[in-house]
Amino acid sequence: MRAAVAIFPGSNCDRDMIVALKKITGKSPLKLWHKDTEAPNLDLIVIPGGFSFGDYLRCGALAARSPIIKNIKNHISRGGALLGVCNGFQILIEANILPGSLVRNKKLLFTCRETTLEVQNSLQSPFLSSFNTGDYLNIPVAHNEGNYIANTELLKELENDGRIAFKYKQNSEIETDYNPNGSLHDIAGILSKNGRVLGMMPHPERSINSLHGGTDGLKFLTKSIEEIVG
Amino acid sequence: MKKTNLELKEINKNEYIAQQESNLNQALEMGLSKDEFELICNKIQKIPNQTELGIFSAMFSEHCSYKSSKKWLKTLPTKAEHVIQGPGENAGVIDIGNDQAAVFKIESHNHPSFIEPYEGSATGVGGILRDVFTMGARPIALLNALRFGSINHPLTKHLVSGVVKGIGGYGNCIGIPTVGGETNFNKSYDGNILVNAMAVGLAKKDRIFYSAATGAGNPVIYVGAKTGRDGIHGATMASAEFTKSSSEKRPTVQVGDPFTGKLLLEACLELMQTDVVLSIQDMGAAGLTSSSVEMASKGGLGMHLNLDLVPTREEEMTSYEIMLSESQERMLMILKPGSEEAAKLIFNKWDLDFANIGKVTNTGRLILDKNGFEACNIPINPLVEDAPEYNRPYEIFQDKKIVKSDYFKSNQTLNDILIKMFKNPNIASKKWIWEQYDSSVMGDTILCNGKSDAAIVKIHGTETKNTLGKGIAMTTDCTPRYVKSDPITGGMQAVCEAARNIVASGARPLAITNNLNFGNPEKISVMGEIVGSIKGISQAALTLNTPIVSGNVSLYNETNGQGILPTPVIGMVGIIDEVENSLGISAENNNTLIILGQNEDFIEGWLGCSLYQEIVTDDFDGAPPPINLNAEKKIIDMMLTLNDNNLLTGAHDISDGGLLTAICEMLFENNLGLNVNLPKALLSSKTKDHLTHSWCFGENQGRIIISTNKTDEVVSLLKKYLIDYFILGSTNTTSNLNLSNVDTISISELNSINEATIPSIMD
Repeated sequence: MRAAVAIFPGSNCDRDMIVALKKITGKSPLKLWHKDTEAPNLDLIVIPGGFSFGDYLRCGALAARSPIIKNIKNHISRGGALLGVCNGFQILIEANILPGSLVRNKKLLFTCRETTLEVQNSLQSPFLSSFNTGDYLNIPVAHNEGNYIANTELLKELENDGRIAFKYKQNSEIETDYNPNGSLHDIAGILSKNGRVLGMMPHPERSINSLHGGTDGLKFLTKSIEEIVG
Repeated sequence: MKKTNLELKEINKNEYIAQQESNLNQALEMGLSKDEFELICNKIQKIPNQTELGIFSAMFSEHCSYKSSKKWLKTLPTKAEHVIQGPGENAGVIDIGNDQAAVFKIESHNHPSFIEPYEGSATGVGGILRDVFTMGARPIALLNALRFGSINHPLTKHLVSGVVKGIGGYGNCIGIPTVGGETNFNKSYDGNILVNAMAVGLAKKDRIFYSAATGAGNPVIYVGAKTGRDGIHGATMASAEFTKSSSEKRPTVQVGDPFTGKLLLEACLELMQTDVVLSIQDMGAAGLTSSSVEMASKGGLGMHLNLDLVPTREEEMTSYEIMLSESQERMLMILKPGSEEAAKLIFNKWDLDFANIGKVTNTGRLILDKNGFEACNIPINPLVEDAPEYNRPYEIFQDKKIVKSDYFKSNQTLNDILIKMFKNPNIASKKWIWEQYDSSVMGDTILCNGKSDAAIVKIHGTETKNTLGKGIAMTTDCTPRYVKSDPITGGMQAVCEAARNIVASGARPLAITNNLNFGNPEKISVMGEIVGSIKGISQAALTLNTPIVSGNVSLYNETNGQGILPTPVIGMVGIIDEVENSLGISAENNNTLIILGQNEDFIEGWLGCSLYQEIVTDDFDGAPPPINLNAEKKIIDMMLTLNDNNLLTGAHDISDGGLLTAICEMLFENNLGLNVNLPKALLSSKTKDHLTHSWCFGENQGRIIISTNKTDEVVSLLKKYLIDYFILGSTNTTSNLNLSNVDTISISELNSINEATIPSIMD
């Protein structure tokens, strides 16, 4: 497994992601700095959460113009797997690697809490092929701009092509705030056309410990890595 | 120094003024007294120029000099075997084993947060984080203690919303979890809110960095953000009372940039991995003035700086403005000579300014050059050593009146009272607040906000085959009602409650950082509150062996002569050897709830000064519940023994709202019920009986409720150690709280109220 974590000024979940990947693979992933213009061939690049460039201008907008993005685009054109978590998801959208927009949470408040994700009937993707439609994962979110929006055509396309990876799940009929940010269609994560790029707002790297946050994130990352390595 | 006309032209007009002789009126405007101005002239043997006067006024401000409180702060116990560094540095340092140290401090940002809640609270967080990483520690947790005015006051909603956003805005962005704290409301804070922020960091025991300058000739390095015109004279502003025109002071509030804060944190910690940093000091209150003066003073040396080399955000800043600016995210360092280039590379990598602005000298003077002229030349000693220390007159007022339970001729049922409790924002769930804080970044949070009495954060890298690792426990506490009625008891209570919260989370209390928030110390009664609570804190800290290792004082929290409730906040840190043994407050089904510190004979609870009294009568008075320090120590030790023997499933300290409120809080999460045993003497009582109310809502101290599934073993240990206890009953799945023949209360309904109170006000 050749994995790397891409780090920008203001990334703050890089260490957490490195800890999680090391726990699974037994070795530390490579660290890529935002100014790196060269990178070795890799199986997986993860863009972790945080506030790259202080979220100035728009979340992810400045990071999406960093030198490393060219590298990352080369990586996916080679068929490499790419995971963007939280700010990483925002960067993927700003870099036009994934479609749509992430805007401020509906209540205009930062939200840090547990969410339940329902795995969707998705296209073949290494991130999801170990799961069945309807499986659910408890993984926390922590963000201010996680409200996924898109126009009707795009939403239809995402639904029809099986590119919605996760939706926030309503645990009971009376639960009204199961969706922490008001995203359309309760979207929590989406895939690229070929399924090898996943952007998601919830933080799987914060769910690797039975004492806090549970271990569903560990399960998700472990299965993903197994599939990516093949 | 006389200058030619030609030379004067070269200096811009403002700089010229900054270098002119000052006079008494200007000194008074800057917050100095006539005596202080005369002392300054006498000590430096000249009339100070404007820049020099500005430097003196900042260093002599209450905020920097602690002139009203110093005499009493010296009496706090600060030593213990595990203390590595007590008060006087950027933060306190304690030994936590494994060659590691915990570095922590609490600090107020009250005045700025009232004027500009978002920036004020955000920079409060930024400032306390810098205090911790200046010492070489990576911050691992943030806490806070917030006090707002009455929930009905027209400004309160705006202030709560802004402060909470500001705390989250800084902490979330820089990526340090906010794991705990307390938020309370009382009308005494209508015109003066309190925003106290606490940070805890981890360092290697032998890699702590201090601020004393060393070695004449060594380079003085400025790093971080550029200096702007924000926050000029913030320290002086924070040392004065508010009047109606205080909103005009908005320009004295600093503006924070957590992104630069994050870069500075990483760059400093990266540089500290090398051996080139000789000393380092954060530019906090009074910016470059206090950092340069304190570094030089602690090292017994002088400093010669060229202000033209200070990176500035704006053009033509004067020496006065540069020295008094409180722009954020800046540090001053003394480096080993010859290491500048290597150090600069690290700061360049993080896109931060790095400027060599002068040298350490052995003259004992602070000399500042600007535009080729000497803008300041004063001895350093008088700035620190001769800073005034006042022995202000005081009188400790202790309300001795005992409010008996029959004072309350209540016609309300227990359920009525509980509903009022959970509709009261002081008791109600603060979920609306803490969900806005990132509490899980860094991946080490075990228990946080509301899940336990103290937050627990795992110490990264201490995992072994047998355990996920050691943990640090943290809490902030104070009950201002008690301090107001009796400062000594109130001071003791804050320490004891903090210690109880630490043990209720399964950890062992170690040390304290305190934030003393009071009104105008020139009032005899306020000074009495300061002196009394310091006495109380000292006694309790000595008994519990939890010394005070750092802290902050915030005085003049008054508006138009109206002072706040005295609020000496205790931030306490403890340690737990295996985080698996951490305890939350929530009970599980079929657990026995046992109250420690009270027995069958306990009937009449203490309602004087209680939240019950405030809820029923809209005010409080009388003596607060007394503190028995030896009994507190006994309960704390007992909790540690019980948890060491793995006998507990949860625990919750009894504080505001008393026993019944605490029981409800233990049942909420799992929606459980309980048939509460009443002592025999109350079995025939009714739901409106004042005695029953006092038993349910009294706030007697030294009590913790534990939940256990090993009742027999627990009871035999309690008997062995002669601990008073009372078995409250076993939890069940009915979601009903039954008090034998008295009342049936729906836990799920109460919890809905509990959860809805704050959102219904804020959303």
